[in-house]
Amino acid sequence: MIRFEPRTNPSAIMVYGVPVLAAIIAILLAAIPLALAGAPIIKAYGLMMSGAFGSMFSISEMLTRATPLILTGLAAAIAFRAKLWNIGAEGQLYMGAMAAVAIGSGVIDGPSYIMIPVVLIAGAAAGAVMLIGPTLLKTRLGVDEVVTTLLLNFIVILFVQMMLEGALKDPMSMGWPQSEPVIDNAVLPPLIERMRVHLGLVIALICAVALAIFVKRTIWGFEIRAVGENAAAAKFSGISVTKTMVLVAMLSGGLAGLAGVSEVAGTRGYLATDLSPGYGYAGIVVAMLARLSPIGVIISALFVASVFVGADSMSRAIGVSSYLADLIVAMALLCVLIGGFLTRFKVHFEHQKSAG
Amino acid sequence: MEIIDILLTANFWAAALRIATPLIFGVLGALICERAGVLNLGIEGIFTAGAMAGWMAVWLGAGLWGGVLVAALAGGFFGLIHAILTVPLGLSQHVSGIGVTLLATSLSYFTYRTALPDVSSPPRITPFQPLDIPILSDLPFIGPALFSQTALTMLALVMVFVTGWVLYRTPLGLAIRAVGDNPSSVEAQGLSVYALRIGAVVAGSSLMALGGAFLTMSAFDAFFFGMINGRGWVCIALTVFASWRPGKALLGALLFGAFDAFQVRLQTEVGAFLPSQVFLMMPYLLSIAALIIVARKADYPKALLVPWFKGQR
Repeated sequence: MIRFEPRTNPSAIMVYGVPVLAAIIAILLAAIPLALAGAPIIKAYGLMMSGAFGSMFSISEMLTRATPLILTGLAAAIAFRAKLWNIGAEGQLYMGAMAAVAIGSGVIDGPSYIMIPVVLIAGAAAGAVMLIGPTLLKTRLGVDEVVTTLLLNFIVILFVQMMLEGALKDPMSMGWPQSEPVIDNAVLPPLIERMRVHLGLVIALICAVALAIFVKRTIWGFEIRAVGENAAAAKFSGISVTKTMVLVAMLSGGLAGLAGVSEVAGTRGYLATDLSPGYGYAGIVVAMLARLSPIGVIISALFVASVFVGADSMSRAIGVSSYLADLIVAMALLCVLIGGFLTRFKVHFEHQKSAG
Repeated sequence: MEIIDILLTANFWAAALRIATPLIFGVLGALICERAGVLNLGIEGIFTAGAMAGWMAVWLGAGLWGGVLVAALAGGFFGLIHAILTVPLGLSQHVSGIGVTLLATSLSYFTYRTALPDVSSPPRITPFQPLDIPILSDLPFIGPALFSQTALTMLALVMVFVTGWVLYRTPLGLAIRAVGDNPSSVEAQGLSVYALRIGAVVAGSSLMALGGAFLTMSAFDAFFFGMINGRGWVCIALTVFASWRPGKALLGALLFGAFDAFQVRLQTEVGAFLPSQVFLMMPYLLSIAALIIVARKADYPKALLVPWFKGQR
């Protein structure tokens, strides 16, 4: 028989070690699909490492990839803390990107120190609005937010497509459905010359630190944690659950919206329907690997980004499908879930005693 | 009235039932899991895995029913992962489900790409053909609408009755429903909560996978990336709409199919005035609307999302 016994206080080594171990196991497990694909395993791992960390250029690419992941990871982390199951970060990201393009591609102009905050605020607001609806439906009518936020992802992407063929279409794009480029003064400038990593990374890091302080040190942060741990008890002690949930929705949707702004105004320069290769969903994995800690999100986003960039470059070199990266990330999520269980419970193996 | 004309053609209802078929499998699968107390958000990935595995088995020469079996096994495999994580380990059903969707989708895509590294157009198989049942298929209206579907659609309809019969007419069904409402009472009867829940999730996931298999082996004849396109999530919404009953699941899926078939026909009529995306959004908007309509009186299984541990009272 296997028996589980709750641990009273798991050691710090377990709490911080488990996510790292989960990530390592996920990467090791990737050897199985690699072997089945007939790839040289050691060489493949080497190529992944050098693809993510091998040069200034690859590190810049990895940081560029990590930027939206930090933001969507924070979006998932804050929402899941309050047990608001926001699976709609992908849609909120696109709404944020669309708002940034709508305002930042020539409608208004001004110096950078005005234009950049304007597009950031517009994108965050658009993302926040996208999540407030499902949140109110949840708190007022009891409509499951998982399904509404998921379905909204599909609605938003169709809406973006519609706008890119209509109001937001770039007349100079030769028929490609893409928006006009973001004007120079609204572009998030690169941090290093001739590299892609841009101001969005700094914004994402500031958001992570600010969110960590907010959750730990403010009364609102306390209320969010209280609602997440026990909504009924929180309500009983006088915390307005609806208000707290809407606050969480604004933060979570806003952060996902910022990821969209960072992608259009920093990485891409214009909006198209392939702006995000699933950053919204990957954000969930980032948040879980970080055990919902805002500072942890930075580290786990760097891990997920290096898996993606490394696998991409390995894929180009030896022709193994780059879906391997998605596979590693999915396995990391399941491993960290199991690891989380092992930090909370001791597992005992008992031999069944024979009768008599 | 043109609208009435559309609704009266057998062709329209044949299309509605065809669109409804994967949803029938999906909703039945989801409701079996949820009746046992486990939300299965792995559904979107399980659809993808069923579509890919079933198609690939046929492509490799397993035969159409061999493909169906392989799809069901693939669904059961991912269902088992979700069941182990959520039932004996009691982990978050939301997060585990998303994890299973990510795993099943990426594994399907990776396998497809690895088996077919450089094909520009996806290879095709000979899919299930429309049935030609003597007499029945020649009946006016109902013949083309119902009896000229493929065997998988017939299987979906049969599964509605099988699921309803098992859930409401057998001791096993009673136990499954009880384990989703009050697991401790089931334990007190000397039955295993773990075995019932794991079994229900595996069986439900196998059914879901058949919904995916229908897409690659009956509705189309090839596998495409992104072909599931939210159908799994729609099923989760329809399950609430159907208040966890197989009969209502069939009704909900048919209504949904009818609406979808109708908007496609409407598009050809008024498509010039509205962007096509407006029509494509309809199914998702409709699912959200359906959820809002039933939200107030939705009677969720009482132990849904609540982990239960052995020895707990």
